[in-house]
Amino acid sequence: MPQNRPDRTLEVIIGHTLRIGVITAATLVLAGGVYYLAENAFAPVDYHTFHPAAKHSLDLSGIIRNALALNSLGIIQLGLLVLIATPILRVILSVVAFALERDFLYVVVTAIVLMILLYSILAKGT
Amino acid sequence: MSTLLFTILVWLGGGTAGLLGSLTGLGGGVVIIPLLTLVFGVDIHYALGASLISVIATSSGAASAYVREGYSNVRIAMFLEIATTIGAIVGASLTARLPPEIIAAIFGGVLILSSYLTSRRRGDDSDCIPDRLTAKLRMSGTYPTGDGEKAYHACNVLGGFGVMLIAGGLSGLLGIGSGAFKVLAMDQIMRLPFKVSTTTSNFMIGVTAAASAGIYLGNGYVQPALVMPVMLGVLPGSMLGSRVLRKWAVRPLRLVFTVTILAMGIEMIYNGFTGRF
Repeated sequence: MPQNRPDRTLEVIIGHTLRIGVITAATLVLAGGVYYLAENAFAPVDYHTFHPAAKHSLDLSGIIRNALALNSLGIIQLGLLVLIATPILRVILSVVAFALERDFLYVVVTAIVLMILLYSILAKGT
Repeated sequence: MSTLLFTILVWLGGGTAGLLGSLTGLGGGVVIIPLLTLVFGVDIHYALGASLISVIATSSGAASAYVREGYSNVRIAMFLEIATTIGAIVGASLTARLPPEIIAAIFGGVLILSSYLTSRRRGDDSDCIPDRLTAKLRMSGTYPTGDGEKAYHACNVLGGFGVMLIAGGLSGLLGIGSGAFKVLAMDQIMRLPFKVSTTTSNFMIGVTAAASAGIYLGNGYVQPALVMPVMLGVLPGSMLGSRVLRKWAVRPLRLVFTVTILAMGIEMIYNGFTGRF
């Protein structure tokens, strides 16, 4: 049986991507969160009722615009987008890593996962 | 309750969710949904949005360590991910046609049965002869144990794939719970070592959750101010979980998993009967 373990390229690339993505996302969410709390610490919370498509559900350009305008919730949302992007990036990099290892069966397998993933995000996202 | 106090309490809850989620491969939703809905009275839509983010955060927070240390098997993860995502898309498109209470009851029943089956499996060896498919798909490897690297291989690859299709469908119908079936398919059907099963599930759940991120964001389920402490708690919790998993023996890990899916099964049936889906 061929061994899986010496897949060092794959493991190192995926490990680093995850780490960088997670740190970036956490930094943005923390910054936005501290800012948000500074403004709203003593306001009462109310998440009992759901307001569909309220002001916090924006499209990509809206979120970036809000974050650039240093709106606290906008910064948090940008961090969340980075977080959501990390698993997608994980799949993209796996395709590359399998190609570097010349494991073409798994290039195909991973590319299929990537296509299904992008299909479901784009089909539902708009 | 003031926003500050609420944020601190939810942050602590997020830490617990990340710890338990990364140890069991189930993701943080197991803790986040009941905590937000039952304890804080948060609307289920917001709770589902927070749960989605907690699953991605748990997965990404712990996966970096699990992949680097050689616990997660990326090949097995990607192969099974095809089944889960296709199942999830089909399941989500059927949501309107099947009564969610019945799905929740089936799901809960399966989880309770599985917690029994999980508690019974004692050994951690690949107790089968690898067939041609396992060899062709290179579903073997080694993982770290107390006595050094240990070799393993997958059994019954097609069976595992089939269970993943159904599991993906069920979780697509309900929007939650795919992690439990991922661990079960790898542990019970493909006979992989328990730590390989949970960490590979941990790797996969982030990818599966990302697939539904579009619809959750678009519908306003992800409330940034609510999700902020969840995510900031889950990340350190899941990193702590990855350290605990390395140190603990299989037996206590299996026990934690068994108790967690038993609780999840009961919760699922309860939610089904009270019409929470």
